[in-house]
Amino acid sequence: MAEQKGNVHKKGSVKTAVRRHVPFALFLLPSFGGVLLFVLLPFLDVMKRSFHTAVTTEFTGLKNYHVIFHNQAFLLAVQNTIRFTLVCIPLLVLAGLLVAFPLSTLKDAGLIKSVYLFPLAMPTATIVLVWKMVFYRQGFLNLLLTKLGEVTGKWGPVRIDYLGTGASFWVLVASYLWKNTGYTVVLWLAGILAIPNELLEAARVDGAGRWKCIRYIILPNLKGSFYTIVILSFLNSFKIYREAYLVAGSYPQEDIYLLQHLFNNWFVNMEFDKMAAAAVCVGIVLFGAIMLLQRLWDKAE
Amino acid sequence: MLKTLGQSVKKNMTVLLLLLPAAFICLPVVLIITGSVMDSIELKQYLYPVFSDGDAFIRWKLMPDYPTFEHYGRLLFFTPSFFVLFWNSVRLVIGILVGQMIVGVPAAWAFASYRVRGSRMLFVLYVVLMLLPFQVTMLSSYLVLDRLSLMNTHLAILLPAVFSTFPIFLSYGGFRAIPLQLLEAARIDGAGELRIFFTIGLPLGKSGLLSAIVLGFLEYWNMMEQPLAFWEDKSLWPLSLYLPEISWMQAGFALCASFITLIPAAFVFVLGQDYLEQGIIYSGLKE
Repeated sequence: MAEQKGNVHKKGSVKTAVRRHVPFALFLLPSFGGVLLFVLLPFLDVMKRSFHTAVTTEFTGLKNYHVIFHNQAFLLAVQNTIRFTLVCIPLLVLAGLLVAFPLSTLKDAGLIKSVYLFPLAMPTATIVLVWKMVFYRQGFLNLLLTKLGEVTGKWGPVRIDYLGTGASFWVLVASYLWKNTGYTVVLWLAGILAIPNELLEAARVDGAGRWKCIRYIILPNLKGSFYTIVILSFLNSFKIYREAYLVAGSYPQEDIYLLQHLFNNWFVNMEFDKMAAAAVCVGIVLFGAIMLLQRLWDKAE
Repeated sequence: MLKTLGQSVKKNMTVLLLLLPAAFICLPVVLIITGSVMDSIELKQYLYPVFSDGDAFIRWKLMPDYPTFEHYGRLLFFTPSFFVLFWNSVRLVIGILVGQMIVGVPAAWAFASYRVRGSRMLFVLYVVLMLLPFQVTMLSSYLVLDRLSLMNTHLAILLPAVFSTFPIFLSYGGFRAIPLQLLEAARIDGAGELRIFFTIGLPLGKSGLLSAIVLGFLEYWNMMEQPLAFWEDKSLWPLSLYLPEISWMQAGFALCASFITLIPAAFVFVLGQDYLEQGIIYSGLKE
């Protein structure tokens, strides 16, 4: 009797499984087919190519990998990209938080939030001329600094060439922050507003001051938002190439020669063997980083 | 009384403190707008240090001496190529968004409403693909496009973008808010799967779709990497690549073209701001 019941149950679950699997597969098919054709299969091809020469397609083992890891341009680009990421992400996370905190205490934060968000909507191309005007040797930033020097009497005229020297790195950092602070604010704000009010009330009743509330209640509750923000900031940090490319071209000052420039230049020169090896390496590193963050994220919740 | 006064002062200080950087953020827009209505002689006067190597700084006036629409006139009436570029951009963005909706929305629905075994793993794969930057997948895209002889055609940009997994992730955020019991109830009442998708899924989950459209529009209106790599033919170029090619000598013209490029994006931003924020929040949701 019990066995029979089990059988019936099993049959039922098989039926429901089929009932779910078929529509799942059908709804997913167009997308998965495209992903397979345009991303997954060609990436396998790229993996294969990374072990072969570019033109004659002879098997060369790890030679391409050896070549890129001894390639000056690759090492420079990796170093710059890592430096950029390590500088930008903490700054962006902090900037967003610094804006989101006071914003969360306001009743009507809509307009201010929109202003912070607006750079997200501004096409990079429209902003390039402005960046040039600001960061040019005779541009607005130097004008401002010179005026400040005149008023305070501490320094003479400032004539830094921001785009032709190491300062170009900081120009990129600034334009990254300008563009991305808005969405970080939105994410932080969503996290802060999701904290139940009773929790804060209770803490206040127990005599916790504003800072104690922030330190012991708000911040620990924002762990989930934190990982999200880091992942999205990371994703967006690669898009800084647009600014870098439009302001300084394919071969910019060496402090802002990023992996993105290198990939583009290899592509233009058809150096596909190196490109394949580098794409595999960068892909693996990113995959590892994403998985690690996801793991941390799981733990945080 | 005094306490409320103190509170309102404090509140105003907060607003002021927040508005200060906000003003700074707006400055580029102000520069673009004022520059675009500035007489070209006046503009040259302010910008001449760029052309000479002297010690003078460039200057600016927030209220031009002789405001004029000459650049707009020239751009709109005497530069037909501008319309071609504008049209290229519009066509590209709309094509991509329509394609993404057709392909991506059903996929998002599949992930959100049929929790079958293995779907979570697939979804993680989709998330990873969404996070990979263009440069990593550039060579693989090229290999396919080249094999299908699509290089230098519209499809070269359109197809890889249509199969991007980002809109799926955002639409999924909207769909997953629909309780599964509701779908189950509809099934018991005899509704087919397609009918459930169209009559329950789409109406209840539309915020995710709209977020995907708003974020997608802003992203693809600003698209650069893909056309730069896959289109050698400049006649296909979108606005986002053309603008930077205008030289300093035509600064007024460039600023004016910038402003016109900005209009559609600003329009979508203002209309879709709620969905934009929603989309940002969805993109941060964990699956």
